[in-house]
Amino acid sequence: MFAYIVRRVLATIPVMAIVALFVFSLLYIAPGDPAAVIAGDQATPEDVERIRQSLGLDRPYLVRFGEWVFRILRGDLGVSIFTNLPVSLMIQQRIEPTLSLMVVTLLLAVTIAVPMGVVAAWKAGTWIDNAVMSFAVLSFSVPVFVVGYLLAYIFALELDWLPVQGYTPFSNGFGPWIQNLILPAVALGSVYIALIARITRATMLEVLQQDYIRTARAKGAGQRSILFLHALKNAAVPIVTVIGIGIALLIGGAVVTESVFAIPGLGRLTVDAILRRDYPVIQGVVLLFSFVYVLVNLAIDLLYTLFDPRIRY
Amino acid sequence: MERRTFLGAGAGIATAGVAAPALSQGAVARTLRVIPQANLTSLDPVWTTAVVTRNNAFMIYDQLCAQDAQGEIKPQMVEGWDVSQDGLTWVFTLREGLAFHDGERVLAKDCVASIDRWRRRDPFMQVLWPNVAAVEAMDDRKFRFRLHRPTPLILLALGQTQFPCFIMPERIAQTDAFQQIRETIGSGPFKFVRDEWNPGQRAVWEKNERYVPRQEAVDGLAGGRVPKIDRIEWTIITDPATSASAIAQGEQDYWEYPLHDLLPMLRRNRGVVVEQRLQEGTYGICRFNTLQPPFNNPAIRRAVAMAVDQRDYLRAVAGDDPAGWGVCEGVFTCDTPLANEVGSDLLKMHNIERAKQALAAAGYSGEKVVLIAPGDYPQINALSLMTADIIRRLGMNLELISADWGTLIQRRASKEPVDRGGWSIIHTTSSGQSLTLPVFHLFLRANGPNAWFGWPDVPEVERLRAEWVEKGGDLAEGRRIAEALNREAMQAMYYVPLGYYWQPSAWRRNVTGVFRAPATVFWNIGKS
Repeated sequence: MFAYIVRRVLATIPVMAIVALFVFSLLYIAPGDPAAVIAGDQATPEDVERIRQSLGLDRPYLVRFGEWVFRILRGDLGVSIFTNLPVSLMIQQRIEPTLSLMVVTLLLAVTIAVPMGVVAAWKAGTWIDNAVMSFAVLSFSVPVFVVGYLLAYIFALELDWLPVQGYTPFSNGFGPWIQNLILPAVALGSVYIALIARITRATMLEVLQQDYIRTARAKGAGQRSILFLHALKNAAVPIVTVIGIGIALLIGGAVVTESVFAIPGLGRLTVDAILRRDYPVIQGVVLLFSFVYVLVNLAIDLLYTLFDPRIRY
Repeated sequence: MERRTFLGAGAGIATAGVAAPALSQGAVARTLRVIPQANLTSLDPVWTTAVVTRNNAFMIYDQLCAQDAQGEIKPQMVEGWDVSQDGLTWVFTLREGLAFHDGERVLAKDCVASIDRWRRRDPFMQVLWPNVAAVEAMDDRKFRFRLHRPTPLILLALGQTQFPCFIMPERIAQTDAFQQIRETIGSGPFKFVRDEWNPGQRAVWEKNERYVPRQEAVDGLAGGRVPKIDRIEWTIITDPATSASAIAQGEQDYWEYPLHDLLPMLRRNRGVVVEQRLQEGTYGICRFNTLQPPFNNPAIRRAVAMAVDQRDYLRAVAGDDPAGWGVCEGVFTCDTPLANEVGSDLLKMHNIERAKQALAAAGYSGEKVVLIAPGDYPQINALSLMTADIIRRLGMNLELISADWGTLIQRRASKEPVDRGGWSIIHTTSSGQSLTLPVFHLFLRANGPNAWFGWPDVPEVERLRAEWVEKGGDLAEGRRIAEALNREAMQAMYYVPLGYYWQPSAWRRNVTGVFRAPATVFWNIGKS
């Protein structure tokens, strides 16, 4: 197992290298010129060129790529073209809100969706099953930003229970922190609740048909024991896979949610950087995201061994 | 107890993680919470021309002189100025008691260094600079301009609002004008709190307790810049609906640029004031690429202009209420001294049928028209879509490209034909301030390759502009030249003025002391 983990961690290096090359090349050929954004309308072409030179944007592709890779290898993500702040500092400032949003969303989604899916499978064909599946279809169909606006309208504007926008760091206390996260987490989580609930239901339905479940019933095992000890554990591998995919998708979903609820996270940092063509920031954030994806995949693979002892690496 | 407080307390008690919210009630009362027009990404007002950076700089830095509500230049950091009989020497004297945020006195040498850095980027001062022999410190409080020839516009350049001359300590002002400064030390009414700056989320300023404001009442950007609030917090909220909700709920106090679509909703809220703060409207501009077909033909440009009805554009941007916009069918900002509509007859036709006839007579033969619309700029996008509609109705071969602003500003620099990445029509907006005088009217310039994108080449416009710089101090003469300029610009029609819309701001009713000015500034404003 240890050797497997080491192998997988080492395998991230070529993956990251390919991502780095891809991201750098894509930004190099993409339209947009940060020097023109900085210089503004009144600037002469000479002024724009001088800014481009001062930013090093006039140098050849290979020189820029080589310098960038060299910096990355030293752990230096560079400096934002616009803010003049280190990219690592900008990421550090933004990572907590995004991480908080993802954790709360994921906890919410798993806590609600798995029991929903289990119950729907148990009561398959009844109104409970229909209700759960209708909810799932609805959650899939309504865009996150619509859910966000709706929640903000009801719970912030009309009922005045929760704030409309913003983020309070965890260091200011759990109460203020969670107050700001409830609405965005519910908005973002609705899709994942639907997704996980559906997968849980489908997998559980299959597992509940298995011989060992019939045997467990024959031996007099209680319904709860059958559902949660015998069936759910055996249905866990696909569910965990979907949760893993969900984590990756959450990063994308966070971009919209962070905008609707004005949460200063990595999603908004990425969008702002793309709109301004702040290359070092885009490169840094994309590298970080790819690293997270790779780690999540590794964690999911390792979790398989917990749920299914037959899986060995 | 409010429900939200109750909920917050409940959650805190339940988890034993009790802690104070980010801002206590007392702190909220002493803090002005602002949603600015855009993200503050750079702090150097010389390095970038971003309006949001300039507005930030108005808090941190002070100006030698400034525009009042009538557009006149009044002393600000200086007590006043003396001009020699021959008009070749201007001596400025600093007020007593001026100090930078680090405690150092503001000296004449700081002003000289700041002027020297600023003039390298300011287009207005660049025009005047050949007349300047030297700018030099005479002692700690006096500095002078020595000129080759009388240049009364020096004062306007120093006191302008578009690209203000902000005063920094000499050691900072010695930074290359094309490199960003790394410190934010000014002598203005507020101090930037760098540790709390999180670009994209928040920027914070604190009152400069040692600031010595002028004694006169605030008047535009002139007069006493009294910091009446302890702390100003900008929160970047990119979503307009969220911004509106935050203002309605009292989570924010001031919203600089509310989306026009949301103004009726905000006006219905009795806790919110919606008013025009900026003195000039925002002007729409439709720009032709005069280098490439079909708009290298002035007759085709004029044909399109005949179909334009500014009211359609302005409704698309600012809604049906005529109080929210104004028709202005000339190149200079309406209701300013040079405003005129001499030769603007084409723009007053508003006739699509006559435009079609003119287009046919001009020899249009189906050349492709590439119009780029910036999807991430709602107002400019709306202007672009209106023109696209006109081009379609005229029967022209339109390719409408939707792009983000970053892509547009790169592509607009291309002088290539449309099938090799070029363009035919773009749109932009401009503050009315920037269109008041020929000397800094960007879209009027017609000096070919050095003109703004579209690169019109109309020597007569350039000759008239140079004449205005020389004789513009004489009001009658300046007016005559402005009329000739409008006539020439309408004849060449390298850009179509699209009128102006007002951009109101919204603030909570407990925000006091809000005044009209040429820029969004926060001195004199408090909370009750």
